[in-house]
Amino acid sequence: MNQIKNFTKGFVQENPVFVLFLGLCPVLGTTTSAINGLGMGLATTFVLTMSNIVVSLIKNFIPDKVRIPAFIVIIASFVTIVELTMQAFVPTLFDALGLFIPLIVVNCLVLGRSEAFASKNPIWTSLVDGFGMGLGFSLALTMLGGVREILGSGSIFGFKFIHGDGMILFVLAPGAFIVLGYLIMLMQKLKSKSA
Amino acid sequence: MEYIVIIISAVFVNNIVLMKFLGICPFIGVSNKVETAAGMSGAVMFVMTLATIVTYLIQTFILDALGISFMQTITFILVIASLVQLVEIILKKVSPGLFQALGIFLPLITTNCAILGVAILTIQNDYNLLEGVVFAAASALGFGLALIIFSSIREQLDLIDVPKAMKGVPIAFIVAGLLAMAFMGFTGIV
Repeated sequence: MNQIKNFTKGFVQENPVFVLFLGLCPVLGTTTSAINGLGMGLATTFVLTMSNIVVSLIKNFIPDKVRIPAFIVIIASFVTIVELTMQAFVPTLFDALGLFIPLIVVNCLVLGRSEAFASKNPIWTSLVDGFGMGLGFSLALTMLGGVREILGSGSIFGFKFIHGDGMILFVLAPGAFIVLGYLIMLMQKLKSKSA
Repeated sequence: MEYIVIIISAVFVNNIVLMKFLGICPFIGVSNKVETAAGMSGAVMFVMTLATIVTYLIQTFILDALGISFMQTITFILVIASLVQLVEIILKKVSPGLFQALGIFLPLITTNCAILGVAILTIQNDYNLLEGVVFAAASALGFGLALIIFSSIREQLDLIDVPKAMKGVPIAFIVAGLLAMAFMGFTGIV
């Protein structure tokens, strides 16, 4: 039961994007379409889960003073793995996400989970936490990407359902800020109702 | 001439915060007051320029020379993290006044993706060292400009009656969206 709660807390209650406001740069920068958002979310999920596992494994060997640099090296290694793998197997997605793949290193969500959770908890719990948080992050990115894609290009996951272009503004930079603002508002409204 | 193009492009047309979405965390986090926003911008400018110089030299003389440019991400973030520590220690010793002003912002900068982002962009855009420095300083200027405009608006925002669910972060994002729209007006001038 506890494990299930640990897994699902990232979806709504402690959603990293809508509630904790962590890792917002890729949230805004990569969500021009639902598929880009999902790709970025899954890449982050992989890094988050793997670094949580490793940090939790070696937490007793890292001296307290150098723990942050140590975490960063662990995270950066997994980011490099993701970077090279994506470049080889999904080059179009790699090009679309561009700069934001190496920038997973400085995503405060990943470092935040290592520091706040994995460095204090056993492996299995850390794995579940990382995976759940990652999926919550992916969910938020896919939602934001989906809304922007529907409004901006009139399609969803690449399937076009209107003729013409849609409101280009939502694919461009201002649309990202505005849609995210409204989604967070919706989330706060729902939370205040349920509480 | 090309330096002017780089500067105008980095400050206005491709503003790193509003157009490239780098450094959003401090943009939302420390923009409640104009003073803190100015302090943060100063710290970012200092570290960004320095980091770009150091990472450029490392990329050219170590990573490229040895053919291990796939180590870029790991190397850059380590260099930036230790650089920030170093700057903190040196500032504390040499210029306590400046340290007082910038000190609390320095630790936050390690995880500011704008620093790493600009360092990587400098390499990707094939700039030489001088162009890289100009690009980094101008990007930081753009960051500061966006941050200070945004924080001035947010100071006013506190006095305005917004719907309860919109208070705080949601309305800030919508304001940022409008600001980004204004910056879109610069598209095409270079």
